[in-house]
Amino acid sequence: MGENVTANRTPAEIGLAEAFAQLGGKLPGNSDVKAKREEAFARFGSVGLPHRRVEAWRYTDLKSLQREALPLAAPPSAEAKTAAWNAQTLFAGLGARRLVIVDGTVVPALSDLDGLEPGLTVSTMAAGLSEGDPFVASHLGTVAPVDDPAVELNTAFMGDGVVIRVADGATIERPIHLVFVATGDVPASTFVRSLAVVGNGAKLTLVESHQALGDAAYQPNIGLELVVGDDSQVDYVTCLQEGTASQHLASLMTALGARAVFNHFSLTTGGAVVRNQLFLKLNGEGACVDIRGANLLRGNQHADTTLVADHLAPGCQAREVFKSVLADESRGIFQGKISVAPDAQKTDAKMMAQALLLSETAEFDSKPELEIFADDVQCGHGTTAGALDEDLRFYLMARGIPAGEAESLLIQAFVGETLENISHEGLKAVLMDVVADWLRAGGEGHA
Amino acid sequence: MTPLLEVKNLHAEIDGKKILNGLDLVVNKSEVHAIMGPNGAGKSTLSYVLAGRDGYEVTDGDVLLNGESMLEMEPSERACKGVFLAFQYPMEIPGVATMTFLRAALNAQRKARGEPELSSPDVIRKVKDVAGQLGINMDMLKRPVNVGFSGGEKKRAETMQMALLEPALCLLDETDSGLDIDALKVVSEGVNRLRSPERGFVVITHYQRLLDHIVPDIVHVMSAGKIVRTGGKELAHELEASGYAQYQQEAA
Repeated sequence: MGENVTANRTPAEIGLAEAFAQLGGKLPGNSDVKAKREEAFARFGSVGLPHRRVEAWRYTDLKSLQREALPLAAPPSAEAKTAAWNAQTLFAGLGARRLVIVDGTVVPALSDLDGLEPGLTVSTMAAGLSEGDPFVASHLGTVAPVDDPAVELNTAFMGDGVVIRVADGATIERPIHLVFVATGDVPASTFVRSLAVVGNGAKLTLVESHQALGDAAYQPNIGLELVVGDDSQVDYVTCLQEGTASQHLASLMTALGARAVFNHFSLTTGGAVVRNQLFLKLNGEGACVDIRGANLLRGNQHADTTLVADHLAPGCQAREVFKSVLADESRGIFQGKISVAPDAQKTDAKMMAQALLLSETAEFDSKPELEIFADDVQCGHGTTAGALDEDLRFYLMARGIPAGEAESLLIQAFVGETLENISHEGLKAVLMDVVADWLRAGGEGHA
Repeated sequence: MTPLLEVKNLHAEIDGKKILNGLDLVVNKSEVHAIMGPNGAGKSTLSYVLAGRDGYEVTDGDVLLNGESMLEMEPSERACKGVFLAFQYPMEIPGVATMTFLRAALNAQRKARGEPELSSPDVIRKVKDVAGQLGINMDMLKRPVNVGFSGGEKKRAETMQMALLEPALCLLDETDSGLDIDALKVVSEGVNRLRSPERGFVVITHYQRLLDHIVPDIVHVMSAGKIVRTGGKELAHELEASGYAQYQQEAA
């Protein structure tokens, strides 16, 4: 069978194998890390890139979408750093602590590393791996699923990333902003792996943005392992605005302690092919998650949000709301699986995926799954897909509002529900602007 | 003098079904016309065709506003030229804040007329003035458009929008439906305040009771897609007494 797999390998799979053979030994980390990389790549190699007959990847056939494996991005040059520095980055007005990652490498010179609040520690993954940091070693891979090919590749090739540690009881008021910039001069892939460990009774706001300055083909594979301790709260917002030369794989892997609160919102307007994976483990009793997302797509964009929520302790609450606005030939996908373990009694989980189809040729695929082994739970899911409501459009137009503006108002209203729980007003305002900009860009496109 | 509204031999259908069959109507500034008629006469269709709703095909005739044909205009263009339709069933629009909506509407109309746009505080001030007269408190306006409003509140909100946008031609589609007598009075007073030498009204209603409060200059009876009789306000009382049966026979 192994031979058979080898025989059917795609150029991208062959490229990845060659890159690992060539670079694997040079990537940061001691022998333990190397062993982790090799195990991960071996697991990946045994199955290869996922395709449509792999249920978890049914709608995002990486085997056919990823034609080739792009070379690992070189460390950013001085010019690249300057370009990243000059780039108009989103959320600049928030006053957040910026940690800047250029072409997959953390650039301390561009980052705000001074005056860290008491209880906050920030370092880089490259250093953590190279120096054999016991903290990194003890946490890395503990939240990651073992059977996901995107995560396996991330583990095999991880180069740099941020390591954030929040001590027990520390409230970090100033948001931390992970600024991902791709210079986009030459085709490249990046494998960024970050780790955030928030202690007990602590609080952190994390913001993440992705932008590309050039339009060279780009394959980012981004992983974040996030551990939220007992009685802690983490608010985490991501915004993906890369250009349409990007094939973006992102995996958020989160473990929640007892009574932990995790609020997450992700907004995707960029990328040619995007796969946003969320792996949630509700390990502690009474944990509470609110996960929302909006994908605004046009042209041939393809965005897949795949959520796996494992309820492993009693009395946890989960609210998941995802919205897709799909124009032109774009394709939106939502896969959501809520899994309730036998002990997770009194689980209260609700999941909703809705799509607004702005054209006849847009497509939405939704696959909700419930897997319940406890007998006293409330779990529900729903999916809707439809066009803009003509009656509402007429009502707005009958008051003088032109068609385009009426449609924008209705789309903003549709998306609005996913934004309403963001408690940071400045952050919410910026995200609403991103939505408005996306709508405006579409208006110009049609005119 | 050019009439405010001139409907000439209007034929319209929906999904191939003929609803309007050669309707003629002339409304001059300052006039209040009532259009009464049995269910299925095409009264609501008339209001939608005048406002420009999609789905209705005009197969013959014309509709002129101040001498200019409206049939090729989008609903928003018609609104900017002064047409206002008060809906029989105003839409609830979750997620759109009422103030955002009112500001968008006001400024779209001002922009179309070449007037400067109003700032948010200016809009709020203007809305406050008008809302107070209609017994609408500002808390109601913090909700999304019409969401959670009772039937009466929705009609009051429609009247408020009308007062705010100061249209030249007001089309009231079954404004009395769903109103209790107190709400009917409030809404009617709101409408009556807007009566002016520069403005015309078409009040569509099934029942005469609304016309006790909004007293029309001219009453039309509509049946099977056209006006079959026209008279003064006393015609409304006659219809209340005799019903629509004779007109239904006439049309058939």
